[in-house]
Amino acid sequence: MALYRNGSFVADDPWRILGADEALPAEGPVALPKARFIAERDGLAGRNAPLGVVIEAGEGLDGLEDDIDRLSLVVLTFPKYTDGRNYSTARILRERFGYRGELRATGNVLRDQLRFMLRCGFDALEITHEGTIAALSDGRINLVSLHYQPASRDEAAPPVAGGHPWRRSSAGRL
Amino acid sequence: MYRYDEFDRQFVAERVEEFRDQVARRLSGELTEDEFKPLRLMNGVYLQLHAYMLRIAIPYGTLNSRKLRRLAHIARRYDRGFGHFTTRQNLQFNWIKLEEVPEILKELAEVEMHAIQTSGNCIRNVSADHFAGAAADEIADPRVYAEILRQWSSLHPEFTFLPRKFKIAVVAAEADRAAIQVHDIGLQVKRNEAGETGFAVWVGGGLGRTPMIGRKVRDFLPEAELLSYCEAILRVYNMHGRRDNKYKARLKILVHETGVDEIARDIETEYEDIRARGALTMPQEEIARIRAYFAPPAFAELSARSSAFEAAKADSRSFARFVERNVAPHRVPGYGIVTISLKAIGAPPGDATAEQMELIADLAERYSFDEVRVSHEQNLVLPHVRLDDIPAVHAALAEADLATPNAGLVTDIIACPGLDYCALANARSIPVAQRIAERFADIERQKQIGDLKIKISGCINACGHHHVGHIGILGVDRKGEEFYQITLGGSGDETCSIGEIVGKGFSSEEVVGAVETIVETYLRLREGPQETFLAAFRRLGETPFREALYADA
Ligand code: HEM
Ligand code: SF4
Repeated sequence: MALYRNGSFVADDPWRILGADEALPAEGPVALPKARFIAERDGLAGRNAPLGVVIEAGEGLDGLEDDIDRLSLVVLTFPKYTDGRNYSTARILRERFGYRGELRATGNVLRDQLRFMLRCGFDALEITHEGTIAALSDGRINLVSLHYQPASRDEAAPPVAGGHPWRRSSAGRL
Repeated sequence: MYRYDEFDRQFVAERVEEFRDQVARRLSGELTEDEFKPLRLMNGVYLQLHAYMLRIAIPYGTLNSRKLRRLAHIARRYDRGFGHFTTRQNLQFNWIKLEEVPEILKELAEVEMHAIQTSGNCIRNVSADHFAGAAADEIADPRVYAEILRQWSSLHPEFTFLPRKFKIAVVAAEADRAAIQVHDIGLQVKRNEAGETGFAVWVGGGLGRTPMIGRKVRDFLPEAELLSYCEAILRVYNMHGRRDNKYKARLKILVHETGVDEIARDIETEYEDIRARGALTMPQEEIARIRAYFAPPAFAELSARSSAFEAAKADSRSFARFVERNVAPHRVPGYGIVTISLKAIGAPPGDATAEQMELIADLAERYSFDEVRVSHEQNLVLPHVRLDDIPAVHAALAEADLATPNAGLVTDIIACPGLDYCALANARSIPVAQRIAERFADIERQKQIGDLKIKISGCINACGHHHVGHIGILGVDRKGEEFYQITLGGSGDETCSIGEIVGKGFSSEEVVGAVETIVETYLRLREGPQETFLAAFRRLGETPFREALYADA
């Protein structure tokens, strides 16, 4: 497993991602499954460390609306890369709720989808697929860099002329 | 016609390279077939019974001579010399080698074409009225909006892994020539009382194993908010459409199971939020910029009556027949819309050879302001021909076996590829179409029968639109034998309806006779030639047809 964040692989991840029954450590940043987070939210309020939540594909944001401001990490899962639900969750978090913390994709995160994810507002990718890790490390990612629609991340107008209001470019970055 | 600028060109070129890389990884074994499948589908590549199939996008069915010639070239060089025009205004090549696909895509890119999103669980090629820009009854050119939607939906980062495929169609007339009510989103361009442009919006139409007619969710959506609203529909579908069962994954099922009122509310909520941020509200200048690409060609000022045209009708029975069925009124006096039937008696519906494509390209260049259209009825159209020139066009078409005067008649049959090509088929479709056409080959008899749409699918996926055929034929498998179930009374126009099953199926030997029995029953019971098959069926119901079909049973 490798964590790719803001454009490069990072060695250490301060976050502990807890399961439904794992004991809560006394300190340090933790992320909890959505249902557990909601159930324990009052207790969590007193913690003096960053908080995160893990949202499975299909769970959506219902019930979390009032917590988003105090989150520093949201993990969205992709059980299969063909399950596209959390692309929408990501955009809603960034655009509707103005969420500015870390937005992490996990699960079946593959090289052919990386740019879609980043454009939808993910800034961290948890990658297990060896081919994808290798391709990213060697800069062998070959994806279309021009876009016909605005999405969640700040993107420059394309390097080529033409007054289209929605054209965007990812030239020079993933 | 829309023309690529530097941005569009670079976009498609990068997409070709991206796909070349994916194919290379598949060929080297780095990607398994399972991993590769969704990637190739995003680019129109299917694996079929005998070979790979490549589906090429023809946005809203509009072509010019350069593009059509390139398709002819690809047919000759990479396939077996012909192509198949589909019910979604695309072109399919059925005998393609995977290694050659990147080269084909490169050749397409040179003429501003691609295969992006012609399959896969994404927003598919947007279709539109094939008479756009020429029809006497349209209030605007629907292709302007289809092009705006095409751009917005191209490699959309949020909507590339939908529960299932997603189809959008646009018309701008009361007459629906694009079957919008059987699309996931159907749009009709309208004007409100204040004279502003907008859209009536239907959602959740579709065929396949659970046919459903779309439900209207908006009487009037302001023009500027087209993309905001479509993004809202797609988001609701992406988040909530079923993913547990691919047969229940289309938007139509979500609308049906949730209820149209609740879905409409969800869409409105999402829409309000997107609109409030304004990122997708269309500036008038942008609409005008796209509209300029579809500006009418430089029509001449002509008299509505052409003496050359009238003289040819008087002289030649075959020309008069052609005009009667294959020439539609144009909105500009002195011009006509010519339908080129790809349904010559005995030929596979929708197929065209490389030579035929080249001939049509020549005619378009010479006589139709360089435009050709593909219709969802699997025919081609020369949209802007001077009446004076139609006799010459007819003569040239006749030489290439392209002047069959059967547009909209019983032999103008839609049929899917069926068991001859398709891995999912239960039964053959093309040979049934050919045999029906042969049975009704007599043109006088066809004219006597009048408007009648027969549509054939080789399995429940309904690629041949059988549910909306006046007579629909569905191939089923009965203990390893090909059988055909008949539905009656379907219609894909503005009076959209789903056909009803009349009774037990027919064997391959029986099915043509069954169609003939239905037609004879109609002729016997109709109030006169002005009462079409569909009107008669709607008046009579299925009982007389069922009785005639199963009289001896
Ligand atoms: C030979 C390869 C083909 C395969 C494997 C194939 C497969 C399918 C499948 C699985 C569906 C059902 C999708 C669903 O219900 O969600 C479908 C529907 C459809 N296909 Fe095809 N198809 C093929 C060729 C074609 C061709 C050649 C045409 C056009 C002539 C076509 C037009 C359609 C249409 C219009 C639908 C109905 C869409 C709807 O449900 O609204 N397909 N196809
Ligand atoms: S209807 Fe069935 S047999 Fe015909 S093309 Fe579609 S999937 Fe194949």
